[in-house]
Amino acid sequence: MAATPALLDIHDLRQSFPRADGGEHLVLEGVELALQQGQIVGLLGRTGSGKSTLLRLIAGLARPSGGTVTYLGQPVLAPAPGIAMVFQGFALFPWLTVLENVQLGLEALGLPEAEIRKRALAAIDLIGLDGYESAFPRELSGGMRQRVGFARALVVHPNILLMDEPFSALDVLTAETLRTDFLELWGEGKLPIKGVILVTHNIEEAVLMCDRILLFSTNPGRIISEIAVDLKQPRNRLDPQFRDLVEKIYVAMTARKSSPVAVGTGGEKTATIDTVLPRVSANLLSGLIETLATAPFNGKADLPVLADELHLELDELFPVSESLQLLHFAEIEGGDIKLTDAGKQFAESGMDDRKKLFQRQLLAYVPLAAHVRRVLQERANHVAPKSRFLDELEDHMSTEDAEGTLRAVTAWGRFAEVYAYDDDSGAFSLENPS
Amino acid sequence: MRVNVPISVGGWARLFSRWDMLAVLLIIGLLVFLGEASRHLFEPLAELQKQPPSLDPRHLPEYAARTTLRMLVAMVFSLLFTFTYATFAAKNKHAERILVPLLDILQSVPILGFISVTVVFFMELAPGRVLGAEYAAIFAIFTSQAWNMAFSFYQSLRTVPAELEEASRNFRLSPWMSFWKLDVPFAMPQLIWNMMMSMSGSWFFVVASEAISVGNTTVTLPGVGSYISLAIEHRDLKAVSWAIATMLVVILIYDQVLFRPLVAWADRFRFEQEPGIIAPKSWVFDVLRRSRVIERLTEPFARVWRLTMRPRRDKLLAAEPAVRRRNLWIGYLFGLLAIVVAAVLLWRVVDFFADSITLGDVGTALLLGLATLIRVVVLIAIASVIWVPIGVLVGTRPRVANMVQPVAQFLAAFPANLLFPIFVSVIVVWQLDPNIWLSPLMILGTQWYILFNVIAGASAIPAELRACGANFRVRGWLWWRRIALPAVFPYYVTGAITASGGSWNASIVAEVASWGNRHLQAAGLGAYIAHETEAGDFHRIVLGIIIMSLYVVVVNRVFWRPLYFYAERKFRLG
Repeated sequence: MAATPALLDIHDLRQSFPRADGGEHLVLEGVELALQQGQIVGLLGRTGSGKSTLLRLIAGLARPSGGTVTYLGQPVLAPAPGIAMVFQGFALFPWLTVLENVQLGLEALGLPEAEIRKRALAAIDLIGLDGYESAFPRELSGGMRQRVGFARALVVHPNILLMDEPFSALDVLTAETLRTDFLELWGEGKLPIKGVILVTHNIEEAVLMCDRILLFSTNPGRIISEIAVDLKQPRNRLDPQFRDLVEKIYVAMTARKSSPVAVGTGGEKTATIDTVLPRVSANLLSGLIETLATAPFNGKADLPVLADELHLELDELFPVSESLQLLHFAEIEGGDIKLTDAGKQFAESGMDDRKKLFQRQLLAYVPLAAHVRRVLQERANHVAPKSRFLDELEDHMSTEDAEGTLRAVTAWGRFAEVYAYDDDSGAFSLENPS
Repeated sequence: MRVNVPISVGGWARLFSRWDMLAVLLIIGLLVFLGEASRHLFEPLAELQKQPPSLDPRHLPEYAARTTLRMLVAMVFSLLFTFTYATFAAKNKHAERILVPLLDILQSVPILGFISVTVVFFMELAPGRVLGAEYAAIFAIFTSQAWNMAFSFYQSLRTVPAELEEASRNFRLSPWMSFWKLDVPFAMPQLIWNMMMSMSGSWFFVVASEAISVGNTTVTLPGVGSYISLAIEHRDLKAVSWAIATMLVVILIYDQVLFRPLVAWADRFRFEQEPGIIAPKSWVFDVLRRSRVIERLTEPFARVWRLTMRPRRDKLLAAEPAVRRRNLWIGYLFGLLAIVVAAVLLWRVVDFFADSITLGDVGTALLLGLATLIRVVVLIAIASVIWVPIGVLVGTRPRVANMVQPVAQFLAAFPANLLFPIFVSVIVVWQLDPNIWLSPLMILGTQWYILFNVIAGASAIPAELRACGANFRVRGWLWWRRIALPAVFPYYVTGAITASGGSWNASIVAEVASWGNRHLQAAGLGAYIAHETEAGDFHRIVLGIIIMSLYVVVVNRVFWRPLYFYAERKFRLG
């Protein structure tokens, strides 16, 4: 194995962006990765784990702040021939037909017209798009569109195929068909590619497709764990070994910050004033508490089971469960989520008591909310502009995160009736409109 | 269709940036240069040997063809300008900082002002006098077409979806190839809409640019415009009617042969497919597309075109630099250059005005500008009160909207000059005050933009929202206040910005009207510029233009831009 040189070698990769206050916002750090021939490597992590950024660095669409990406012995400094990408939103040119879309990459290579046509038709045939050659993307369903995306990438015969959450914009059934078709072609060696890197936030998808899975932490993105998947293809989701792996990944991703494994996934146990808050509505929080409180969970649930039950993906379930943990309505450990006493009490209360309870937890455990309230109380007119808090947050995080965090704390504060916010004037105040 | 705002709404943090200031100076510098050049060229110029155009309607087809040709040539230049200027502004960060404010200020310079200062210059440029006059006319038409097209293209380039851009880089399209495969197609629907607006708008200035006299230089080019001005001079009502009929025919032909096919063709470039929109149809387009002959004829060109897309081998496409580290040196150099340019310009401008313009002149111009400003404000208000309700009523009825739209488009192209006979006669007969009663001419051509946009906004109100209103029995004034007016507000603002800019432009024609030997004049900046143009006083022409641009820019920045942001934030649906 070690004898064959890797297709792709990534060493100590780092990516950061300048922040408003002159500091820098670290997106990726210390990434090491080698892609061997014949492998599918999955990059698994949540929004903000920098996995899409990593994919763009590999594609040569951006340059890293530090470290190297080496493809076939050459550093990647620009889009390299032999690395093709499949996009989350398909990225088809709406004004080109299916055939023209597929031909695009070949035209850019400057091949003779006859060969362009031959290869494009072959790729269309392979991917199951026969008969759709002259259709425009808008006439196709999502699944067919993504097939065009695959055909367009495969037709240039890339060594490495990069997939940026290629199935996440599709419905469950379509996504599954596309995955199975892809794995079949890959298993039969019909695809003109040597290795695949798949970005995903769907744990089951990663276990289903990949030979190796790299787990990423959030803010900044680091590889926290690497999991080899030795199950034989085709894999069965109900296979106990499959379930075990899924469970293992959940445990790794919900590991506490203090645990020796590595840094957590952003879901810190207690928030500080500079914690980036997820934008989760109070409704969603109430919904999860209620679900957890009732049968079959009765206050405690296995996260994979919960995700399955609620049809939620990693990116959707984690922010909610972590918000609950932040507010001390629940505890997460070892892939399980458990309601606290406050959580149980919340589930049993009516609307008014819920608001009071939420207010208590919010002021006790979300320092930013307490801070906003304190500032408002200290001011004579009990009014403070949004920009005052935004500026403060931007000293600690990126502008985008600061906006999101302030919105989250605004929404929670409104629900708890801790303070009011008027979007027209952009001001927080202590008064509720009468 | 979502229509671009015709003014720069990029950075709104500050009212005026340093780059705006530089842009202002650059344009004033340009005007001063042209004015200076014209002043010196002025003396040796003999009067153009006139071959007086005839009022015989049999000449009209030829005149119409010539006018059309001028507009088409100007359109080609406008497209060239759009593709280069806007692309440069969108792709180069350093260039963008000055090019966008520059375009913003250029838009506010009255087009007839351009004619006044350039006509002599262009005539001296060309060996044959007539050719020079053609240059000047085409340039004037160009200035009435190019700016909004460039703006639309720039705004489109800035909003090309990131994933598509990444895809085109991932598949290693050359910059040339991705410009034609991605950027241009993406911008096409907006651009064609703007080309149509430009064509409509330029009719207004064709009339002015084909027959103009600056001092004792008189330019008369054979065309519909000069025919109209001659008809007015001779008080020939029959000829005026012929001219109107000709214009109607030409606009119809344009619509059928050029724009409808273009719109039908551009439909494939629509990025978002809103449901319920019927694909535009055009018989000319269908014929062209189905014809084998056309396919044969165009194939060689298509082949050559495809050849230009061939990649140059082993040319590496650069990745975006990792951290957008500002290259400090280039920044400094650019800044230094800007300061030097500004200083030189300032010196030239001061020099130009120093000995001929007094503070009193500036005061007079400012005061007259105030008069014109009041007119514009009042007219926009009146037009809004009239057209917003009508637009809402029309827009909520798709079938009516489809009928009204082309009519409004024709009316927008209708040059105000053609209504001089009516206005002048009425004012003279009833002894009305021209200060008030000439004003409607200003908004005659531009009020339609309010109507267009309000119709577009009203037809974009989601069916669900209307159903909800009906469900709760919201009607009468409540319906207008809570549903209709808020929903069309962002569209109305866009239309009103265009209308207000256009009215300023029109004031140069509208504040002075004549019918035969009857001359009426209102007190205003437009009349001032028109008067000084006739007198050939280049210092005062340039002064008038600058003051007018100043008014337009300040009104845009202080009033329209904040209003636009407010509307976008608060009332934009979806």
